[in-house]
Amino acid sequence: MMPKFVLLWTDATVWALVVCLAAYAVVVARSPNLRASWRKVFRDAPALCSSLILALCVVITLADSVHYRLALKAAAGSPAGVVAYDTVTRSGLDWVLSDLVASREVTYSRPLDYRSYRRDTVSINGQLQRVSPRLLHGGAQLSDPEHQWVSDLLSRGFTGLALGVAMAAVGALALFGLLARARHAGFVETAGSVWRNEGDIPWRAALWTLVAIGTLAGITVSLMGEYHVFGTDTTGNDVLYQALKCIRTAFVIGSLSTIATLPLAVVLGIMAGYFRGWVDELIQYFYTVLSSVPNILLIAACVLMMQVFLDKHPDLFETGVERSDVKLFLLCTVLGLTGWASLCRLLRAETMKLRELDYVQAASAFGVGAGRIMLRHVFPNVAHLMLIVTVLDFSSLILYEAVLSYVGVGVDPSMNSFGGMLNLARKEMSLDPVVWWSFFAAFGFMVTVVLSVNLFADGVRDAFDPRARAFRPRLPITRKAVAARQEA
Amino acid sequence: MFSYLVRRTLYGLLILLGVNLLTFFLFFTVNTPDDMARLNIGGKHVTQDLIDKWKVERGYDKPLYVNDARQGAARFTDTIFWERSVSLFELRFGRSDAESAGDIGPEVSRRMGVSMQLALPLFVLQVIASTAFALLLVMFRHTRLDFWGVVTCVLMLSISSLIYIIVGQFVFSRSLKIAPISGYVPSWDVVKFLVLPIVLSLLARLGTEARLYRAMFLEEIGKDYVRTARAKGLPETAVLFRHVLRNALLPIVTSAGSYLPYVFLGSLVFESFFGLPGLGAYVIDAITKQDFAVVRTMVFMGSLLYIATFVLIDVAYTWVDPRVRLG
Repeated sequence: MMPKFVLLWTDATVWALVVCLAAYAVVVARSPNLRASWRKVFRDAPALCSSLILALCVVITLADSVHYRLALKAAAGSPAGVVAYDTVTRSGLDWVLSDLVASREVTYSRPLDYRSYRRDTVSINGQLQRVSPRLLHGGAQLSDPEHQWVSDLLSRGFTGLALGVAMAAVGALALFGLLARARHAGFVETAGSVWRNEGDIPWRAALWTLVAIGTLAGITVSLMGEYHVFGTDTTGNDVLYQALKCIRTAFVIGSLSTIATLPLAVVLGIMAGYFRGWVDELIQYFYTVLSSVPNILLIAACVLMMQVFLDKHPDLFETGVERSDVKLFLLCTVLGLTGWASLCRLLRAETMKLRELDYVQAASAFGVGAGRIMLRHVFPNVAHLMLIVTVLDFSSLILYEAVLSYVGVGVDPSMNSFGGMLNLARKEMSLDPVVWWSFFAAFGFMVTVVLSVNLFADGVRDAFDPRARAFRPRLPITRKAVAARQEA
Repeated sequence: MFSYLVRRTLYGLLILLGVNLLTFFLFFTVNTPDDMARLNIGGKHVTQDLIDKWKVERGYDKPLYVNDARQGAARFTDTIFWERSVSLFELRFGRSDAESAGDIGPEVSRRMGVSMQLALPLFVLQVIASTAFALLLVMFRHTRLDFWGVVTCVLMLSISSLIYIIVGQFVFSRSLKIAPISGYVPSWDVVKFLVLPIVLSLLARLGTEARLYRAMFLEEIGKDYVRTARAKGLPETAVLFRHVLRNALLPIVTSAGSYLPYVFLGSLVFESFFGLPGLGAYVIDAITKQDFAVVRTMVFMGSLLYIATFVLIDVAYTWVDPRVRLG
């Protein structure tokens, strides 16, 4: 039977965002200026490499943004034609990782272990001994774990490694082929030029990133079928699965919150800068009021009120997932509605500069209406600021989520998020002996995501704001590089 | 200068009015006092009598904005909005919504002292450390030190402050046992409780600030007066410390100053992680207990401090940069 697809609020917005990005891509492809700027972004090696990691995260996010509820088998005696659906809402990612979801242990277990972390007192030959029982799923295929465990891990690890390298090699060949076609050059010649790092786009760095992603992913995938790669948490759930689920929460918060700031910031900022006078005064008053409340307090106040409202209307949601999803959606809205002041200020100042320029003056002399001038002449010329601020805010919002979740106004505790994971990990780190793997998984994934976003954002800023490029740290020019340049 | 201050203060009052309206709207209109009463009394057997009693105790038993039962000015003054606003502006905060807790006013002033013990040294050290690190990078610009210094900054600012706290407490308190995990004593011994939060908070923000300040320094270095100074034959250190540092102070004052409200409000996360009974921990407690009166007070206090800070920053401008005249 067909499962019932559930369109959650954040799902809908995430997919709407994908459509908008596709539209933007068309705009970029048509405009030579934008195309040149984006080319500049990818000329930056860190930005290019991190964009690969981010693309992987986006794939995970999108897979995790398709939700469905399975149809249940009709119970005997139930009226025909009525299909009951499972109360558990699954996502596309859950379907891919269904093994991980199903392989639930009793409690903590170390990464890759076949024994439980907990010890039971068992009597063996009349003597009481403390023994760690075997895990239900982790390493369950081993008949003689003490001898087989290490060799099994190694063989699986190497298989995964080989698989990952093979995948990366396929990717590299595909890249060479595409480049060769684009440059109208021979395949071997193109591969050689990539290898020598010629050309303006650092493809070699991208290839190394691809190899790194491929090997890590390959090893993880080949091990995760039979072991818990990052161990299990207190209720026996796989930590790797949780960490992967956190990616969607982080991306939804990062993207939706920044998008939510845009309408108010852009409309009000441009209006204030263009009309000046009392409109400007009024808009300035609005954002000064908003920004004069310490941000976290304002967010806390809004989120508290939202929670009271949701508590008052428990009947609005069919399942727990829908409820926590609406909470996430509203959290993003709150973050957007409280965070538009700085961008608005920026756009106002820029618009004030632009409106004095000749082309705007000319347009108004021709009798073009104010609305049309703002839309056609001012907006396209402040759009780069919008882009820069949006990308730069993305990572700080992911970090902010962790703090908000700790304070108690973040995402729903039932939803996986980096903040929630760190919060639990904090208690686990004070246990004796230490349970460190949840913390390490959260740390590793969060730093990777945030660092990639930061590097990508720096690349975007440097490409779209020429002033920022002067502040890039540069390595001293070596003799070798000088010689190479002279040769060329 | 004086007339400027008066004008700024009046505008500040206008902003405060706006904040007051906003918070009142959030806390009373989105959810009515009845909802709050029901939430605070809790349990299943909430009767209308209990709700009414709770509302009378806290003075929430009046209409929100307009009292139709009264005539003349009392129509607007005999309402919750008017009473709450007036008492807030007189800095009387009333009692907290929670059953057991007492008045908010004395609690706030007591906790503000604790917050400042943490935040004041932190603020000073933060400015010094970030400026020093940024200056170091600028002194060695276009070398490996600068490059890897900026790489370190980016790495450091990609790490959540929670991670700094968790690792710091684990390494310094649990493994090395050189600092207590958390706690507070109201005497000079408090230093040993403050060292770890101060150091960790410093590290958590160093990446962001040092990178920002570095950019500010580099912006100044490109200017003509620096070239003149070099042309005069001044050594690079003299150029940096005597000319660039002093001119870059202006943006640094702004950026550091925007953090001043938190000197009084305390750091939410650090205070609650290290068991310091400051205002930050107070807010977190209030949020978990859903004590709206406390949150409302803190929002008001926060914006009051914020507005005061920005007037102070403007005054500091004239002191740092004689070119700036307030008028």
